[in-house]
Amino acid sequence: MGTPELKIILEFSAGAELLFGNIKRRELALDGNQKWTIAKLLKWMHANILTERPELFLQGDTVRPGILVLINDTDWELLGELDYELQPRDNVLFISTLHGG
Amino acid sequence: MIELGVEEERTKLKREIAELRAALYSKEQSLLYLDEIVSAAAARGVDEDAPESPTRTLHTKLTNDDIARYSRQLILPDFGVQGQLKLKNSSVLIVGMGGLGCPAAQYLAAAGCGHLGLVDYDHVERSNFHRQILHSETRVGWTKPDSARFALLELNPHCEIRSHVRLLNRFNALNIIRSYDVVLDCSDNVATRYLLSDACVMLQKPLVSGSALKMDGQLTVYNYANGPCYRCLYPVPPPKESVTNCGDGGVLGAVTGTIGAMQALEAIKVIVGLGDVLAGRLLIFDGSTSLFRNIRIRNKRPNCHVCSAQPLITQLIDYEMFCGMRANDKDAEQNLLSVGDRLKVKEYQEQLQTQQHLLIDVRPPAEFEICQLPGAVNVPLAEILDDSYIKRFGSQLEDKDLPIILLCRRGNDSQIAVQHVRSRFPKHSIRDLIGGLHAWTNTVDPSFPIY
Repeated sequence: MGTPELKIILEFSAGAELLFGNIKRRELALDGNQKWTIAKLLKWMHANILTERPELFLQGDTVRPGILVLINDTDWELLGELDYELQPRDNVLFISTLHGG
Repeated sequence: MIELGVEEERTKLKREIAELRAALYSKEQSLLYLDEIVSAAAARGVDEDAPESPTRTLHTKLTNDDIARYSRQLILPDFGVQGQLKLKNSSVLIVGMGGLGCPAAQYLAAAGCGHLGLVDYDHVERSNFHRQILHSETRVGWTKPDSARFALLELNPHCEIRSHVRLLNRFNALNIIRSYDVVLDCSDNVATRYLLSDACVMLQKPLVSGSALKMDGQLTVYNYANGPCYRCLYPVPPPKESVTNCGDGGVLGAVTGTIGAMQALEAIKVIVGLGDVLAGRLLIFDGSTSLFRNIRIRNKRPNCHVCSAQPLITQLIDYEMFCGMRANDKDAEQNLLSVGDRLKVKEYQEQLQTQQHLLIDVRPPAEFEICQLPGAVNVPLAEILDDSYIKRFGSQLEDKDLPIILLCRRGNDSQIAVQHVRSRFPKHSIRDLIGGLHAWTNTVDPSFPIY
């Protein structure tokens, strides 16, 4: 038996992917022995996959204004924001807000 | 020791200059505020934005022309004669006659919307045509509302169309919006988006909000059926550096067209009372993968500063100040470097072009491919900032006497590049071209393409 894994999907939309090596979809296998909140996931993302200017993604412990976080296509605000605990096969989507027209 | 003193003096001067700039900006803003009050007062005498007289005819019957013209939508069971009449009696305000506003207005006018109001302060130019499909070659230089009105009346002469040629601001917004039933946010900047949302909350108007950039689009309806407003979703404006406009990021016309057409659809649904309006949901469109995604967004924020039961903001505010950004998508000229550290394009042409020098164009490769100056090498800004250029130009950079000139499209990114390269090579002569390639076209070579 190997170490248990927590498998989730990360997605980026509307330009947020540019901060993460221009990859729109990633399948992650996190350490399943630990609890993973979104707060912890953000720290992990910062340390491991954020390639461009961090201030365009994070502000303090949370995402910067203008980025929406969706968990399984639902606004994270309805699910506890930073405290939401990730479940197997969750889909976490980061969207930059567009302003152009 | 002397160097230390000089360094301190430089730091002190820089700080003083920054303080003076801040003071100047604040005085300019105060003047602007007073100017607005004066012009608002003057306009009260003859107010072109005043709501129409309440005697707007209420249509209760369709004409034979209506029946022939709208037959294909009249036979839709959920739309029918009643839907057509509602549309005929409705009025929609479209803010921004650009890539979103043009297709939205086109479908609304074609569908038989009785009254349209068009807001834009800008003039038609050639770079608009690929996506702003109501404007055309013969109307370059017209105001956008007038140009769009011309095209729309050709499409449907029964539509009453009003041009509001102005930049929407906190002094004129309520007056303009008041007489319309539904508002479409087809604007191109953050400040106008907050202004429109707040104004629509105060006047209780549904706001159909669309946006697009590059290959992506987003759409939702705010302030409808107890759903959230823009501020519920975005209580704090985004940092300026994170906002890209279509002029810098680019956009495909078919993408703005997709979102604009859907804004018309949502407006029609709101007016007719048809289907499920896209409120409390956000539609995101990724044109590169042809994926539409519908996500559930939060409810009304109980402590929203504008739309909650106890609002903190009860009148419109200064949105440019609130957002720290101008209410347009034009690029502000940046002055990161002092004039002595920069070069006019004419000076470059006359004094340097024939000499040995390193000319680095910091634009993205796609833009470099459009046009470039003779001898220029392309090093995108990102490769300057991550220092990967140093390896590429290793031997040339060893020569301290080789002048380095950096340039870009308008002379903003090139200043960031100069600051960075200079920090690595303080002994070199490193300057940028003021006004970039646009200045080159305007003052040296008018045949050089402009984009």
